[in-house]
Amino acid sequence: MATVGQACLILALLTCAYGIGASLYGAIAGRRDWVDSGRRAVYALAVLATAAFVILESAFLRSDFHYSVVATHSSTTTPTFYKAAAAWSSQQGSLLLWVWLLSLWSSLVLFLVRRRLRDVAPYATAVLLGFGAFFTSLLIFAATPFETVAAAPAEGTGLNPLLRHPSMMIHPPMLYSGYTLWAIPFAFAIGALVVRRVDADWIRATRRFALAAWFFLGVGILLGARWSYAELGWGGYWAWDPVENASLLPWLTGTAFLHSVMVQEKRGMLKVWNVSLVLATGTLAILGTFLVRSGILDSIHAFGASTLGVPFVSLIGLMIAGSVALIVTRRDSLRSEHRLDSLLSREAVFLGNNLVLVGLAFVVFWGTFFPLISEAVTGEKAAVGPPWFDRYTVPLALVLVLLSGIGPVIAWRRATLANARRNFLWPVGAAVVTLALLIAFGVTSNVAAVTMFAFGAFVVAVVGQEVARGVSARRAMASEGPARALVSLVRRNRRRYGGYTVHVGMAVLFVGVAASTAFQHARDVRLSPTQSATIGGYQITYQRATARADYRGDRLERVALGAVLDVKRNGKHVTTLRTERGYYPSTAAFASGSIVQGIFDGDATSEVGMKAGLTRDLWTAIRPDPEYLNKVIDALVVKTRNQPIDQQFKVVGNLLGTYKQGAFPAQFRLISSPLVTWIWLGGIIVFAGGLIALWPAPDAARRRVTAGYAGRVARELGRA
Amino acid sequence: MDPSRKRRIRLIVALTAALILAGALAYTSFSASSAAVQPSKLLASTDSGRTYQLTGKVVDGSIRHQGDATLFRVRDRNGRASVPVSYVGTVPDPFRDGREVIVTVRKKGHTFVGERDSLITKCPSKFTDKPASNT
Amino acid sequence: MDVLAPLLVIALLGVVVWLVTGPLRAGATAAEDVDAARREDLEAAKEAKYREIRDAELDLRTGKLSEDDWRAIDRELRAEAMELLRRLDELG
Repeated sequence: MATVGQACLILALLTCAYGIGASLYGAIAGRRDWVDSGRRAVYALAVLATAAFVILESAFLRSDFHYSVVATHSSTTTPTFYKAAAAWSSQQGSLLLWVWLLSLWSSLVLFLVRRRLRDVAPYATAVLLGFGAFFTSLLIFAATPFETVAAAPAEGTGLNPLLRHPSMMIHPPMLYSGYTLWAIPFAFAIGALVVRRVDADWIRATRRFALAAWFFLGVGILLGARWSYAELGWGGYWAWDPVENASLLPWLTGTAFLHSVMVQEKRGMLKVWNVSLVLATGTLAILGTFLVRSGILDSIHAFGASTLGVPFVSLIGLMIAGSVALIVTRRDSLRSEHRLDSLLSREAVFLGNNLVLVGLAFVVFWGTFFPLISEAVTGEKAAVGPPWFDRYTVPLALVLVLLSGIGPVIAWRRATLANARRNFLWPVGAAVVTLALLIAFGVTSNVAAVTMFAFGAFVVAVVGQEVARGVSARRAMASEGPARALVSLVRRNRRRYGGYTVHVGMAVLFVGVAASTAFQHARDVRLSPTQSATIGGYQITYQRATARADYRGDRLERVALGAVLDVKRNGKHVTTLRTERGYYPSTAAFASGSIVQGIFDGDATSEVGMKAGLTRDLWTAIRPDPEYLNKVIDALVVKTRNQPIDQQFKVVGNLLGTYKQGAFPAQFRLISSPLVTWIWLGGIIVFAGGLIALWPAPDAARRRVTAGYAGRVARELGRA
Repeated sequence: MDPSRKRRIRLIVALTAALILAGALAYTSFSASSAAVQPSKLLASTDSGRTYQLTGKVVDGSIRHQGDATLFRVRDRNGRASVPVSYVGTVPDPFRDGREVIVTVRKKGHTFVGERDSLITKCPSKFTDKPASNT
Repeated sequence: MDVLAPLLVIALLGVVVWLVTGPLRAGATAAEDVDAARREDLEAAKEAKYREIRDAELDLRTGKLSEDDWRAIDRELRAEAMELLRRLDELG
């Protein structure tokens, strides 16, 4: 079957090449049939990519170790869900996933617009197939998933235990869906520029895809943050790590794009901004895909060593050069239809929004690539840390939240005092009241955080006001009860109210970030059983040690040493925290015959003990003191040397018993963080808003409205 | 003031502000950064009091614990030169012999003291070309 | 397995070729399709215009547009909508 998979890839490359030629020929020669043939090449690509992906997945699910990829990323002891996901934990599998997703969305968009945008679509098809050809070439020539060995090893290496978490498995497909979906508006923007048809048609045709791209990318980013917080042993959700930043960059410019296009649709302005933003987002999506796997940011010498480095940089260079060339040569068509009338207008707020988001992207970009920049400038590689990032992103984030409250209600063209009074009175009042309450309760130590809280209140109040006014307007028009009015209001104005929901979610999220950063208590303590420590008003007592071994069949899968902690506040019991450190024996251990040594030679993960709450999270991770543990282990290793395997397993039992009884000290990281849950809740609200905005409008409503307006307009036509 | 003049002024103000901010960004990044160095470079020359971002691999068998501190040696990615590090703070889950680490250090006598919580261990590369060594 | 693989590959090749050459074999449905395409583009533009008219009305009712501003905008948008309807009618 592997040869069939490989053949699919080769066929896919040929199909892409054919499709590019057919689309371009059809576009230039005006031959509709060749254009359609080119579009069908995309459908064919989807068929081939699906076949290849299914073949690879089935190899993983069957644990077919003839495939090198399967042998190095999975094992018979890996649970089925993770076997399936292991496919994209590999370089080759993830590239194949990219092509497959790209082919699916491309087929969908080209099918939906098959009778529209006749001039633009063929070039968009060529661009999409170009991406397909690039990734397929990589899969054939540089990183083939279908490489087989004649003698399959008995057991595979297994999945890194750090990745055995559901959100870590869904995170790559979400991110890749986001990246590949951004290719769609990118391709159509290129096409629109090529044929000089840069009015809002291409934007409308690809809007849902851009929104879906933004949605999935955001979900991927948030899942990554959640994984970092709940699974890794440091208790944070964002570290300004290059890999995190790589996914954030296209999300920032993509958010700017989604907003900025509204100005083009309404007033024919910001056309250069819009094409620049979407082309930048597509390029950053490719950069994000590449950054994670290249090692480029550790050493400028590494990217030459990785075989994928040169092709990716070439592609990115081509995308940048092509985008700039197209925009410059088409700048006449991109002229604004209107001009900015006033700095106090919705157009100006959108422009400000663009500037803030691009500014954020620039800061993140600069900080992420600084090692390369400094090496180029000073010859010495230097890196900046989170404090530098925070210094610039915090004020920019504050401005962003403020603008998200002002934007929805400020007037187009020119805001008047009357208009301002009508729309901002209550929200500003809400912000002031919030500020007053915070000051009254003594929450003043962190100015940025307090400002964020006030701005958050402002945004929520603006949306609340909008919803209330919308509902009463709806009731006036259709005499419905308030609940029904709300539902039909949202149904008929999905983009607007979906967008408002997203703003509320972002405000909640930022408030959570501000509170959990500014008012966090964190301590590292060393406790033996019965000892306690205090943190943030809580008294944490190490009650007892836990130790267990997990077997899968008769294979020792992991040994977990942990603790049960009792949490009290003012003497009253609040909760019990359980935390463990899991040790996964290395596969070499079983081969070499020394189980005990092997247990602690393999990977280790933290099982975080957490009590999440609406007001604060209590978080802890344990690290059993290695000094004490090593003494026990060394003694056991000596005892079990040369003993048969089943005797050694008994020894594991001894080890567990010793640990439970032994009163060994352990390091604990204790964190009490307020409002962390608001981050995840805010994220859920954001995605709910995204779904509302994405959902197609109900047909019936559309037809009803159409008939009504058409009638009226037609009547006027008759009169005129 | 006629509108086109007003617009030009706005554009100039905006561009100037952007340039100033970009300049501030660049300047602070150079001064706030720590030089990323490998052990061989650290051994060659160090300025006392200056922080360095030490990158390299953990020398096999060098990890010891002394109270709260973790002691280990870091060697060049492709070499044998190594330096001793004494570190207090969170130790990331993937930290083990042979893993690639980044830690902010300051020279103190014969050893390098790691800044609290600055130890980063890179996930074992999922995307190398050579077959993954058994973990 | 030895026979199956090449057969599958040939089958896939066949599917791809059939898919891709479909339009080339079908030939001249070109003319009517051009009209259908223009109609769909106009329909999409008309839908967008109607949404803008509705949005403006909602803006008026929620106090974001003054009565006078709304009247001007509404008139302009309806004129554009009428133009679109006219062009749609022209297509027949």
